Amino acid sequence: MLTNLIVFILASIIGSEVISKVPQTLHTPLMSGSNAISGITIVGALVVAGMVGDPWAMYLGMAALIFATTNVVGGFMVTDRMLQMFKKKE
Amino acid sequence: MKQNIIDIAYLVSAIMFIYGLKRLQSPATARKGNQLAGVGMFVAVAATLFVQQILTPAQMLIGVVVGGGFGAILAKRVEMTGMPELVAAFNGFGGAASALVAGAEIARFLAPNAADLMGGAVMGGIDAITISLSILIGMVTFTGSFVAFGKLSGRISGNPVIFPGLRVITILFMLGAIASMVYMETGAGDFSVAGFVSDPVVQAALAIAVIGAVLGILLVIPIGGADMPVVVALLNSYSGLAAAATGFVLDSTALIVSGALVGASGLILTNIMCEAMNRSLFNVLIGGFGGDSDGAGPAGAVSAEGLTVNSTSADDVAILLSYASKVIFVPGYGMAVAQAQHAVRELAEELAKKDVEVKFAVHPVAGRMPGHMNVLLAEANVPYDQLFEMDEINGEFETTDVAVVIGANDVVNPAARHDKASPIFGMPILNVDHAATSIVLKRSMRPGYAGIDNELFYNTNNQMLFGDAKDSITNVINEVKAL
Repeated sequence: MLTNLIVFILASIIGSEVISKVPQTLHTPLMSGSNAISGITIVGALVVAGMVGDPWAMYLGMAALIFATTNVVGGFMVTDRMLQMFKKKE
Repeated sequence: MKQNIIDIAYLVSAIMFIYGLKRLQSPATARKGNQLAGVGMFVAVAATLFVQQILTPAQMLIGVVVGGGFGAILAKRVEMTGMPELVAAFNGFGGAASALVAGAEIARFLAPNAADLMGGAVMGGIDAITISLSILIGMVTFTGSFVAFGKLSGRISGNPVIFPGLRVITILFMLGAIASMVYMETGAGDFSVAGFVSDPVVQAALAIAVIGAVLGILLVIPIGGADMPVVVALLNSYSGLAAAATGFVLDSTALIVSGALVGASGLILTNIMCEAMNRSLFNVLIGGFGGDSDGAGPAGAVSAEGLTVNSTSADDVAILLSYASKVIFVPGYGMAVAQAQHAVRELAEELAKKDVEVKFAVHPVAGRMPGHMNVLLAEANVPYDQLFEMDEINGEFETTDVAVVIGANDVVNPAARHDKASPIFGMPILNVDHAATSIVLKRSMRPGYAGIDNELFYNTNNQMLFGDAKDSITNVINEVKAL
């Protein structure tokens, strides 16, 4: 538990340092891209849904898997779509 | 051994996420950064699938294909103006996934073969706390995001919904959540084998899920349409915290690290948006500020003080712009609503041909989410090196011949600087009134998002070009070409 807390705090600090330097121009892609990263719950969903043995765990896990995958795939794709539009003056 | 491989894979993906986000610091490297983060996600998923004992790979594949297909369709179809709604919806999905995983974890603890599933571990007091937090944050994010989605997409009214007792009810629900957590805490470790649904832990979990869902709605409905960008950023942060909480439940470093990154990102953006509006987060969350832009004020009204405005025409504007040496465009969400961004870019190009220096000034709250206006202009092929943030460009208005305001209102209202009675007093604004001449393109004299009158319109060096922004700009382009 304590280890988890330490990891959480350190990651928050790294996140703040990295993200506070992102320019306003990219704030929307930052939101959709980081949102896709929060879809990492997909990993948790795979574990709970995949290690069957209990039907309830399976149902809840499958629902979580579908939600999380939508989040991950949609989030990364739409961010990519936005970012390819940002061009410098030729 | 297996666990080690997975942990290393998760470490690799966490590093990819961090460097992916780092590359978002410049538009030149941003796309690669996002792709790197995507690869990081793939590594995490692949490691989980191949190394963990996933007993039903076929079913997992179906889940991934269904969810992925749905996400892909949404991502491909969305209009750039609809980006805030989409991000809100994705936030909601992330929150729901976190709550569901925590729920599934309870089911595994309670399963008849739990000793097998959980490696002999029993649900303890700490598990009860992390699981209930994960469900609570996840559900608040889920319903809160969908209320925000509804408000942003116009499916529900953007006006703040406030009724007597709202705050009291909200606080009661929060207390209820704490009580349910305590109830789950007492039930942990001692499961009645009698039945799943009659178990106190399950009852507490369901209660927390319902309370979280209601809280999400109660927390977002009082917030007005003008404040939605803050809310979307805050919910983005929540979706990260929900993932991190699930990481505590599953003891998964991957989830904790990624969740913390997103949580930090959302909080920073929330803070930037609050500063740009000169409002505290608490003040935003209390709600009641600003409604739909189309709800306020009659069209064509003259201000209360009987002041008049100078109206101009497309050919006058064309002459003014063509013979200027420096022009700054100030786009607002109204430009996107009128779909005028392509015309504006064309006008900027025509002026550049006449050796006019052209820049775009983007206020942090232009558009309906952080950075939204920049995306809309990028879609219209405006090069990103012509876009300037408020602090970069505010000193330049003094030396600017013409500032053209298109569909922006409150962010150029000088009242924010000196009128203590104005609701937007103290909000940082673009110094459009410092330019030699300002031109405001506007459909009518209707007030802006915050529903207040704009002093700029009555300045002697300000001219109004009334009409649909796209039509007006197109007329100006034709006149400029004819010169």
